Amino acid sequence: MSGREPQSALAAAIEQNKRTERVTRAWLLAPALTIILAISILPLGITVVYSFLTPGTYGGVTWEFSTDSYVQFLFQRDIFDDTLVFNSAYVSIFLRSIGLALGATLGALILGFPTAYFIATKPREQRNIWLFLITLPFWTNLLIRTYAMLLIIRDEGIINIMLMKAGIISSPLTILYTDTAVFIGLIYSFLPFMVLPIYASLEKLDFSLVEAGYDLYANRLKVLFHVIVPLAKPGIVAGCILVFIPGLGAYITPELLGGGKKLMIGNMIAMQFGASRNWPFGSAAALILMALVILVLLLNALAARRGASNNG
Amino acid sequence: MTGTEIARDRKAAVSVRSLSKTFGQGEYAITALDSVELDILENEFFTLLGPSGCGKTTLLRLIAGFELPTNGSISLQDQDITDKPPHRRPINTVFQNYALFPHMTVAENIGFGLRMLGRPTAEIKQTTERMLALVQLEAMAGRRTDQLSGGQQQRVALARALAPAPKVLLLDEPLAALDLKLRKSMQIELKSLQAETGITFVFVTHDQEEALTMSDRIAVMKSGKILQIGTPRDIYDRPTHRFVADFIGDINILEGTVEHTDGDLATVRLKDGTRVSAHLGTASARSGDVSVAIRPENVRLASTGETPTLTGILENIVYFGAATNLHLRLGTGEEMVIRNPGAVDEGRYQPGATIGAILQPELIRVLE
Repeated sequence: MSGREPQSALAAAIEQNKRTERVTRAWLLAPALTIILAISILPLGITVVYSFLTPGTYGGVTWEFSTDSYVQFLFQRDIFDDTLVFNSAYVSIFLRSIGLALGATLGALILGFPTAYFIATKPREQRNIWLFLITLPFWTNLLIRTYAMLLIIRDEGIINIMLMKAGIISSPLTILYTDTAVFIGLIYSFLPFMVLPIYASLEKLDFSLVEAGYDLYANRLKVLFHVIVPLAKPGIVAGCILVFIPGLGAYITPELLGGGKKLMIGNMIAMQFGASRNWPFGSAAALILMALVILVLLLNALAARRGASNNG
Repeated sequence: MTGTEIARDRKAAVSVRSLSKTFGQGEYAITALDSVELDILENEFFTLLGPSGCGKTTLLRLIAGFELPTNGSISLQDQDITDKPPHRRPINTVFQNYALFPHMTVAENIGFGLRMLGRPTAEIKQTTERMLALVQLEAMAGRRTDQLSGGQQQRVALARALAPAPKVLLLDEPLAALDLKLRKSMQIELKSLQAETGITFVFVTHDQEEALTMSDRIAVMKSGKILQIGTPRDIYDRPTHRFVADFIGDINILEGTVEHTDGDLATVRLKDGTRVSAHLGTASARSGDVSVAIRPENVRLASTGETPTLTGILENIVYFGAATNLHLRLGTGEEMVIRNPGAVDEGRYQPGATIGAILQPELIRVLE
């Protein structure tokens, strides 16, 4: 019993020590937390608040609670009898955007995987040169690069001139201001985001596993799908997410290459803050987009966990 | 019975003809294999032995199909497989680092080869279970490979390579990563596994003791060439090259001149004028200066009254339990080691004493 006193004194001292440590930690974290709060959480908060307000006549918002913005996303209010009629306009813009972003992700994967594999199998000292070339376009502004792409694919662009000179086509292919143009533009803009994570996982790949695959009667295709792809899966998933998410919210590419005729989510949202002067609806659309992205990430996390529990 | 005699009454599993492999081009070219001729027999435990960089792994990779030869041909049971890709050769490999698939369980690893061959699921399951039992890993079937110890991973690699019942199993220094005790028990396990399955094993190692204990026949390699092929006893008792003699076990090498030859026997005059008769074997040097070799255990101490073959001054006594090594400095200036079973009379054998050595004449060899 006598041993109890000093023991509880020791426990109290340890507790005191921990408390001091917590306080110190909080002070040290404070600047970083403040910045994160100011540049990330606060604007998001403002967006959430705005999405529940009423649009002002000349832009901005009037402080009057309303859920109209969310209703407007799916329904149109009849001007005469105030009934709600399903309106597919915005949903179809979302679906179009998802379709284009998925297509661009798939396209980037098909182009990016071989590229990453090519770099990963080069001698170590050459890899950095190739990686540098992959990231080189990032040194130029996206807007400028998109204009350059516009010059390449327009009716009098390099592609059409070459094809016509070669006699393959007689009149120029209309690529610019179509979905194809947006698709090409998205792949071009986000390809490095696909290549880099896949490269990172292929670089760690033990190529004796590939040899083991060949040794155990797998041909090239089987080795690719039974050995290389499963082992590069983390990189592939990361690459797909990194292309799909910015692709979904792309603004410049559909604006310039799609001619602004067919909207993607990004353009639609921008329009609400500009010409349409409906800030609450723009905020609501942005939040719906965000919810969509979070859903994708959640599904991915869920699939990853299930995969891990299956293996373990 | 020599290695070539065995070759005559059994069929060859793998035949290698004037096989060469050069890496790189021009002045940077490295010849890894230089016109190798080799017959590996059915059901044989065959070992490629040599120091690192001697070309043994290159030869193994050529047989597996991971590399294509610069010259020459490889055939498997009289079928030319020189240009066949690895997945079309009924040959499997146990890799040095095991190369187990980390995204598969132990059972999935073992069944991989059969799955790729498109065998029915029931057969794959049955074979996998049989293989798991063979390597005593039944309890580990559902484990991921990174949860296994080195010895267990080794067994999975073995089971995976044996599951498709290959004609030939290639093993690339599979025991190198294991600790000594485990290595010893795996050596015995591998040997009995080979006897059990009847599959031809081609084993690569740089460990001469491992080669001697496990192999039916050994090919000793150096600088891309095979110096000698033979049974462990051939290689140990009748080495043909100075390199082979030196690489495997301890050996005394003495310089001398051939005086005359009589069939297989040559009379060699050593540097101090002593004459010994030595077996020529396949040695091409039949006259002039040669090296003769004898194992330390084939030299014994002369007892009192006996006429020693050679005499020398005792320099060192090294006792290691089962035997004692006596290091002599001969009249020729060369060193000779005598391995005496058990301990020696320490009063009589003291450093500085003059000692007589008797060389068993039938175990002296002339080297290339």
